[in-house]
Amino acid sequence: MPQRCTTRAFTSVLALIASFGTASAAETDITIGMQLEPPHLDPTSAAAGAIDNVVYSNIFEGLTRFMGDGSVVPGLAKSWDISDDGLRYTFHLRGDVQFHDGTAMDAADVKFSLDRARAEDSTNAQKALFAGIADVAVIDPLTVALTLEAPNGNLLFNLAWGDAVIVAPETIETIKSNPVGTGAFRFVNWVQGDRIDLARNGDYWGTAPALEAATFKFISDPTAAFAAMMSEDIDAFQTFPAPENLPQFDADPRFKLLIGSTEGETILSTNNKMPPFDNKLVRQALAHAIDRQAIIDGAMFGYGTPIGSHFAPHNPAYIDLTGNSAYDPAKAKALLVEAGFADGFTTTLKLPPPSYARRGGEIIAAQLRAVGINAEISNLEWAQWLEQVFRGKDYGLTIVSHTEPMDIGIYARPEYYFQYDNPAFQDLMTRLTATADPDQRRAMLQEAQTIISTDYVNGYLFQLAATSVAKTGVQGMWLNAPTQAIDLTGISWAD
Amino acid sequence: MLRYSLKRLLSLVISLVVASLIIFAVIEVAPGDPARFMLGINAQPDTVAALRAELGLDVPKTQRYLAWVGGMLSGDFGISYTYRVPVGQMIADRMWVSLPLALMALTLSTVIALPVGLYAANRRGGRGDMAVMGLTQLGIAVPNFWFAIILVVIFAINLRWFSAGGFPGWDAGLLIGLKALTLPAVALALPQAAILSRVMRSALIDILSEDFMRTARAKGLTRQQTLWRHGLRNALIPVLTIMGLQFSFLLAGAIIIEQVFYLPGLGRLVFQSISQRDLIVVESVVMLLVFAVIVVNFAVDLAYAAVDPRLRSRL
Repeated sequence: MPQRCTTRAFTSVLALIASFGTASAAETDITIGMQLEPPHLDPTSAAAGAIDNVVYSNIFEGLTRFMGDGSVVPGLAKSWDISDDGLRYTFHLRGDVQFHDGTAMDAADVKFSLDRARAEDSTNAQKALFAGIADVAVIDPLTVALTLEAPNGNLLFNLAWGDAVIVAPETIETIKSNPVGTGAFRFVNWVQGDRIDLARNGDYWGTAPALEAATFKFISDPTAAFAAMMSEDIDAFQTFPAPENLPQFDADPRFKLLIGSTEGETILSTNNKMPPFDNKLVRQALAHAIDRQAIIDGAMFGYGTPIGSHFAPHNPAYIDLTGNSAYDPAKAKALLVEAGFADGFTTTLKLPPPSYARRGGEIIAAQLRAVGINAEISNLEWAQWLEQVFRGKDYGLTIVSHTEPMDIGIYARPEYYFQYDNPAFQDLMTRLTATADPDQRRAMLQEAQTIISTDYVNGYLFQLAATSVAKTGVQGMWLNAPTQAIDLTGISWAD
Repeated sequence: MLRYSLKRLLSLVISLVVASLIIFAVIEVAPGDPARFMLGINAQPDTVAALRAELGLDVPKTQRYLAWVGGMLSGDFGISYTYRVPVGQMIADRMWVSLPLALMALTLSTVIALPVGLYAANRRGGRGDMAVMGLTQLGIAVPNFWFAIILVVIFAINLRWFSAGGFPGWDAGLLIGLKALTLPAVALALPQAAILSRVMRSALIDILSEDFMRTARAKGLTRQQTLWRHGLRNALIPVLTIMGLQFSFLLAGAIIIEQVFYLPGLGRLVFQSISQRDLIVVESVVMLLVFAVIVVNFAVDLAYAAVDPRLRSRL
């Protein structure tokens, strides 16, 4: 009799433990791998994208925010009114928002955040976003009025950036190591060098997220990242650093690939003021000498989309101008002859560290040699690249990826490193900034893309692909990367 | 003994001063402005200038050097540029991973190497010795990071006995922490054990041909007893030297193993800080590692005196 009792007791205890086991197999927790560790957790004072990965829309929120498809939607501001002259924006804030330390979020916090970002001594990496704001005024605890120096159609877009999130004066001193925001997740713990833990914010103003806890693990070595995924130590890896392993994950039923596009236009930057590149025919020849698909296949393992201008293909205003730079070596040679370079010429091709540059550079140099252009490759570290190419403009060609969203405006800066000076384009950009109407903006953006494409300012190569890996049960991760972020609010586990 | 120790102490201090000068000079000369690196390409010049002022980068070099040395002597290693936390705190946190790992690897390698070296010396020329020589040759030739990756493939991915890397922290439990350091320690230890066992073997073989060994056998001791009581003691001097060097290597050179197993150790800290142009952290950690190497060598020198009576009486 006692033996049967013990057996029964034993089995029921086992069953109890087993049930605990499956319940805490935690379909409400997730561990996501990241390659770079953030230097700290204040998105408003550094350019490191890793910071936004951890905090954007998880811990911190702004007046507006980006969704996964790149659209800008209301965030902490539930609505806004724009004056007829476009100079005054009145934001109506949500009334039930609290910071993670229990204090209420109100207009004073918004004023504090924006004034801090645009202050003289501000260390905000995107100060230009706030440059046109003349004044921030508190109308009442839930209403803020921004007065601009000139109409700016980009304002709502700019306020969605991670650099524009709302912070609180009470917790600003320790924001770098203990971020206190209004988001759906609270900061719990940071084991430096290893991971950051977040937990669900029970007092969140919006829809409660499906996840209860999340851990970001930092694994920079591509082999280690592969090992961590394969041994199921982590559930997902955003921007997986070893694209050569992606087919293996694709074939494994435990995992799935998430392929989308980013805001990274990878371009063959051309020094427009250095001969012979000051001749448009030569730049056009460059464009036709390059086979973009070969570069994508050879340097990026087939992941990436060819582009014909400096604009992201997933953007609604995108037009396909790849035809302007179709691969045609014969035409390239003919153009060179017409420009007076029948025997070709020699130039420098300076490459920064990323593999898209180093590998892509080799392929491009070979393609250029086929039409008679001898590009001498020199591999530089970032510090040297910034010094020689970016600041010193001492280069003929270089390859770099511009990852800021909607950065076509850099073509309106004649002193920017590729030195393109077109007054018509600069005028177009000025008009674009002043326009808020979406249809007019789209038409202007299309015109802008066409101008820089037909002027062959740079060799437009491809859009960097967003390649993430996740366990099959993980749902809701962003496919595209309209901004640097790992948005946990939409992530859940399938049953 | 005292004179000997004092002389070694003096050379320790001089080495440290020279090392600090060299470290500071080399790191300051390296290109790349930390402030510009932290703020990215699109930052405006006035923002970069503001950050440089905040980080104290616009102060003259000699002043920065003296402030740094003065700070180190009083235990203040400065504030990290990127993380904005005291460097001393960061180093202390990382030491909790690197030091146990180095000690585990050293213990493991010694525990394997000494008996193996003894065994090979005992059976020198025979089949056992040949086998040991072959295996140690393999151990020396194989790069430790490749070996680490093989361990991960077998034990983490296929057998799932260990996780593929990472360190959950000592708060999660002593055994859990040790388990996380096991594969890395093994990857570090085996190549070192190969080297150490060879050194042990050759030191012993030299000793075995000495007269006093024959005398001991003539007195009636067995082969084992002679080896343990008389051979080992004398063979320890070269072995201690190598162990001292190995400890220094394990502390600083585990950087690649730390990358493969993504451990938050000192090696990874230096690597990340170099990429992020966090000059203060790089200077302080390198200085600390130089200090550790010099101190370990000093300890080994003292240990010579303890092991070798000839050194004691002469000085």
